[in-house]
Amino acid sequence: MMRRFRKRASASLGSILFWTLSSLITLLPIYWMFAVSAKSRVQLFGSPSFVISSFFTENYTSTLADSAFQRYMFNSVVVATANALLVTTLALLATYALSRYKLPGKENLFFWTITNRMAPPAVFLLPLFLLYTQVFVVADVKLFDTKIGLILLYCVFNLPFAIWTLRGVIDGIPKELDEAAFVDGANTWQVLTKVILPLAKPGLAVTGILTWVFAWNEYLFAATLTSVHARTITTGLAEFVTVTGTNWGRMAATAMLTLVPALLVLGLAQRHIVAGLTFGAVKE
Amino acid sequence: MRANSVGWLLLTPTLPILFVFGVIPFLYVLVIGFMNWNSFAANPDMQFAWAENFRRLVFDDQFLYSLWLTLKFAFFAVLSEIVLGYFLAQLFMKDFPGKGFFRTIHTLPLVIAPIAVGATWRLLTVPGLGPLPYYLNRWLGYEFNISRYIDQAFFTTVVMDVWHWTPLVTLTLLAALSSLPKEPFEQAQIDGANRFQIFWHITLPLLKPAILATVFIRMMDALRTVDEVWMLTGGGPGAATRYIGLHIWRVVFPKTDYGYGSAMSLITLYLTIVMCWMLYAGLVARRDLKRAE
Repeated sequence: MMRRFRKRASASLGSILFWTLSSLITLLPIYWMFAVSAKSRVQLFGSPSFVISSFFTENYTSTLADSAFQRYMFNSVVVATANALLVTTLALLATYALSRYKLPGKENLFFWTITNRMAPPAVFLLPLFLLYTQVFVVADVKLFDTKIGLILLYCVFNLPFAIWTLRGVIDGIPKELDEAAFVDGANTWQVLTKVILPLAKPGLAVTGILTWVFAWNEYLFAATLTSVHARTITTGLAEFVTVTGTNWGRMAATAMLTLVPALLVLGLAQRHIVAGLTFGAVKE
Repeated sequence: MRANSVGWLLLTPTLPILFVFGVIPFLYVLVIGFMNWNSFAANPDMQFAWAENFRRLVFDDQFLYSLWLTLKFAFFAVLSEIVLGYFLAQLFMKDFPGKGFFRTIHTLPLVIAPIAVGATWRLLTVPGLGPLPYYLNRWLGYEFNISRYIDQAFFTTVVMDVWHWTPLVTLTLLAALSSLPKEPFEQAQIDGANRFQIFWHITLPLLKPAILATVFIRMMDALRTVDEVWMLTGGGPGAATRYIGLHIWRVVFPKTDYGYGSAMSLITLYLTIVMCWMLYAGLVARRDLKRAE
């Protein structure tokens, strides 16, 4: 009895030691970024030290007071949240259709949706730039430099991901449940909201959160398709790297600040994240 | 069964969005791929050039080198992520105090923007500022300078990708592992199978769909990596880390060779789709097999 207990305790101790070490490796780059953000220019150069002797707050105060930073942050929050909500809703409907209906060619359609995510983003910048500035123009209103333009565009890489992730979740819900509801006289909408939605909640939560993160993190399209009004925080981050040199401290502080909303979202997701990430492969 | 029209109705919002923002730009690229179009050329207007751009590609050493680099990068990065992710997922299957806490920390890199990941690793490795070159030199006498040595730059991009994306693999494999049936494992233990036999004959076959799906999603994203490598090395030194996404960007934007860049991305997209389709076909074949049983 005692021996068994000891064995188990030492196994736990081993796990804890291993994960502490692994966490240090994970955290080291982030910690270094924090250290850079908390040092002045003078403190930075010379021998790199992990010790923060005195917290240099100016990197943070000047970033937070910067009106461009505030606008970028606001834009990012709006774009990511709207995109995540839109994508998750549309993906739920689409995945339900792909999972439950005998649509001709649906496996090809399913694969086709995902090919939208495969394209190297660089070259689509050009056609999208032209579309946004010259084609999708009604009177004086363009999609260029608008939040709605980014929200719609991000669907191209987020919808495939969401459909791909949700496929396993929806396939995993027994068909008999919706059959029973249909027999009881429910319509498709009621089946979706009363049967599927509650059961798919963990999967939907994870999908929503990951699409939020992807939208929050996107850089290349945001950098090309916006100029002033709709610029997001990732483009703000890249603006610190200039030909004349990089303001490392400000850049690190901005990067740390962009982490905050993502961390909040991750904290919310922790409970669901493992249950939801099955990528259509497990429950069959 | 139920009417297919409802099924199509449910797909209605999705397909037009993908069509307008995915297919139309693609068709545009397809057309441009057959054109001579370069704003810096003697004649900056678009002209039809048959398959000239594609013919150039076959003899373009820079393009082929970049393609080869990308494949090498994706191979090493994804392979390390799968092996490491599997190993870590197995360790998370055990119960120990503080598991949720460690899992949260392990997931952390996943939510960091690629551009910020690139910035972070640049801060770590930039000579004169970063601790990595400093301490490697001071403690081991090793000269670490990713803006100078090709192998170090390549290796650092792989390590950065592994740091960033292993958590995703861990989480997906953990989800797969926790939903595996218990009976085959118990039976195998009764039959006296050793750990390796259990892994090889039971765990691996059962996990194969999940592993393939993870490789699929990771490979797809590794092949189109741009932001983080651009921020870390800018594609250098020389062209040592100029992966295909960066290479295409260079051809299209600073060089404004739109026709050639479009042809390049068509070929890249085609290769990516073929590779992913093979993986996907493997997945679907397994699924159908199971249904037939």
